[in-house]
Amino acid sequence: MTQTQSPTRSGVPAAGGPGGPQVPRRRTAWAESAARMRASAATEPGRLRVIGAVLALLVLAFGTATAWQISERSTATGHVLHHSGPLSAEAAEIYRSLADADATVAGGFLAGGQEPRDVSRQYQDDIDNAARLITEAAANSDGSAEAIALIGKLNTWLPVYTNLVATAQADNRQGLPLGGAYLRYADQKMQGKGGLLDLADQLYRAQTGRLDADYADAKSLPWVAWVLGAAALGTLLWAQRRHYRRTNRVFNRGMLAASTACALALLWLVVGHTVARSELADSYTHGARSMQVLNDARIHVLQARSNENLTLVARGSDPGYDDDFSTGMTDLAGSDPHGVGGELAQALALADAPKGRDPVNAAIKGVQAWRDRHATERASDDNGDYASAVAQVIGGKDGSGRTVTATTAQCFHTVDASLGTAVAQEQDEFRTAAETGRNAMAMLPYGAAVLAVLAAAGAALGIGRRLAEYR
Amino acid sequence: MSGWGYLRGRRLWRRRGWGGVAAMAAVCTLAIGGTLTPLGDRGPISRGAATPLTTARYASAPQQAHDNCDASLDPSTGPTDGPAVERIRQRGRLKVGVDQNSYLWGFRDPATGQLAGFDIDLVHALARSILGDPDAVQFLTVPTSQRIPLIKNGTVDMVVRTMTINCQRVDDPKNPVAFSTPYFEAGQQILAPEGSSVTGFDDSLQGKTVCTARGSTGEQTLEGNRHGASILLVDNQLDCLVRLQLGLADAVFTDNALAAGQAAQDPSVHLVGHPVTDEPYGVAMNTGEPDLVRKVNAVLAAYRSGGADSEWMTSYRRWLAQDLPGLTGPPAPKYRQ
Repeated sequence: MTQTQSPTRSGVPAAGGPGGPQVPRRRTAWAESAARMRASAATEPGRLRVIGAVLALLVLAFGTATAWQISERSTATGHVLHHSGPLSAEAAEIYRSLADADATVAGGFLAGGQEPRDVSRQYQDDIDNAARLITEAAANSDGSAEAIALIGKLNTWLPVYTNLVATAQADNRQGLPLGGAYLRYADQKMQGKGGLLDLADQLYRAQTGRLDADYADAKSLPWVAWVLGAAALGTLLWAQRRHYRRTNRVFNRGMLAASTACALALLWLVVGHTVARSELADSYTHGARSMQVLNDARIHVLQARSNENLTLVARGSDPGYDDDFSTGMTDLAGSDPHGVGGELAQALALADAPKGRDPVNAAIKGVQAWRDRHATERASDDNGDYASAVAQVIGGKDGSGRTVTATTAQCFHTVDASLGTAVAQEQDEFRTAAETGRNAMAMLPYGAAVLAVLAAAGAALGIGRRLAEYR
Repeated sequence: MSGWGYLRGRRLWRRRGWGGVAAMAAVCTLAIGGTLTPLGDRGPISRGAATPLTTARYASAPQQAHDNCDASLDPSTGPTDGPAVERIRQRGRLKVGVDQNSYLWGFRDPATGQLAGFDIDLVHALARSILGDPDAVQFLTVPTSQRIPLIKNGTVDMVVRTMTINCQRVDDPKNPVAFSTPYFEAGQQILAPEGSSVTGFDDSLQGKTVCTARGSTGEQTLEGNRHGASILLVDNQLDCLVRLQLGLADAVFTDNALAAGQAAQDPSVHLVGHPVTDEPYGVAMNTGEPDLVRKVNAVLAAYRSGGADSEWMTSYRRWLAQDLPGLTGPPAPKYRQ
């Protein structure tokens, strides 16, 4: 309210303000009430009124801040649970369905002209699943421009891919090597730069980014509420001490009730949020984070399968697929074919319960067997025994007419299914921990509001009692 | 999921290691081509314009310019039985590097699941002659880049895989290979769809997109004279037919022998114009095994003989005549001592 006008042309300064003339003709409302307060604070009842007002304000501010900040965190936890969490899992599932379709169709190719019915059904299921999830993601993307653009592109490219695969299958049925060329082109549209998997990966990263942001919001410390709570409680104690000094009375019931309510609310705030935080941290490490690692592992498993199949589809014209298989396996399980490493080792470290570790261990064993059988299959192919190599990958009769019983397909299915179980297990853990976290905060905003009102009322009553003594 | 991009990137940037080899091969081939009388004289190899290519014309192929590097060992001037042939007989089977992805040349017959094609027929004839059993063969699929290394390290006895005889491969100081006499005469030619305005490797390519395999002789030839066309490069010649069918390319430039394989898979495309390079195919072997080279040349001589009823013509009629018509006989051998 400071007057900042410059002096008028006549040289008479404007009225009022600290910089004004020595005899203020009018004072602002603020200055006036401040002066009145200064005057009343000179008397004990006046001081008591000020103390009462400050206490009530502080306590109510504490209650409001707690309710507001904890509601925010609770909402963020709700997003983790019901929005960004599922969206991130859905994006991972879009990726998985697409990668599985790619691996499946390449396997069907090896079976020759007419592909087995379960192969075409699995391929169709994967494509349907991906299409449905893409539509769902479009409905749930909440105007995130990045996600909407990515979903639009996925919608455009998916039918292009399925058309290429259909052409590839038609050519393959006639025994034309052109079918294989079409399939490799389709695979490029799937796995290449800017392809379907690239888009699904970007969508997954966008959704996971939102999940991480929601986690950060839910776990951020409610400093404002803490500081106001401590200030309110401190002021209450100071007021009681002052009261004791002046009256020698130990207890003022109103003030005592106010302090108790305030302390309770602060305790609840600290404990409730800390518990929620630690549960959220748990749901992140043992849920969201291990799901991410497991999803990565699953993708590498599917890509390895695609590459294994495409090595045979390419029929020796492209050694790059097998190089990609080897690097993918190294990312997945480390460089030692019989060791434990890579993403599977990470997933094992992140899984905290035996229920979570068992399927990961099963996957590790599966990958070890897979690598052994893959080496055998490569040796067959390198020695010119293509029929045996195919049989060792998808089953059937080898070069000498014997039925192959140990195929890499079995290992692939074991590993994929184990990782699927592990993901479901971690999903449970994620949900349970996040829900526990949210429950720990559930009643806090209401409780804090009620306690704050009680504390304010107590403080008012306590001060009121003292004031009554001056009437 | 940060690892995914890495995987994809690697796939995308994968390159064949034989670009340099092919580049030099192209230079060499062009050098040979340069000594030819006007290429048009060779007559078109195309559907519907079946000017016969006679044996005499092949025989006149002027390749003398390069110190006989394209001539192979004469079976009548040395032993056809030596340590290499003996080793194969001891083993009881012939190890041959082939392609199983070249339609009509080396591919898996869907009816039998067995390898079949013009190259494969020749392999069976070689096995029958060396070992007395046409099926005593171990086929190994070799990628283009591995053809010469696998011969050098003895993994295969020979490579029969639409491999062009050229001086660079014969004279390579590090990894020379020995070739048999030519068993087929191919050349780079344009493949176009029905109704296309493209008439051959000429100015009708102006403004068109021409597809060819990365690192191939076709790429080198196009780089030299692209006739106003833009070039689309793919990993494998067959990928060009995919691009052509999808409308991403207007024409394909590749060996007419391989183009015939593409035409056989899509009746709406055919070879147009004339071959513009000269690419004789030969059986590749180790330079240190002259007895095997002579033996293969002897087998090839028998394979060619017999006029219209020769094994060569029988195989030609079975696999190639429909899409690469007009041949009346195999190329003539050229020997050195």
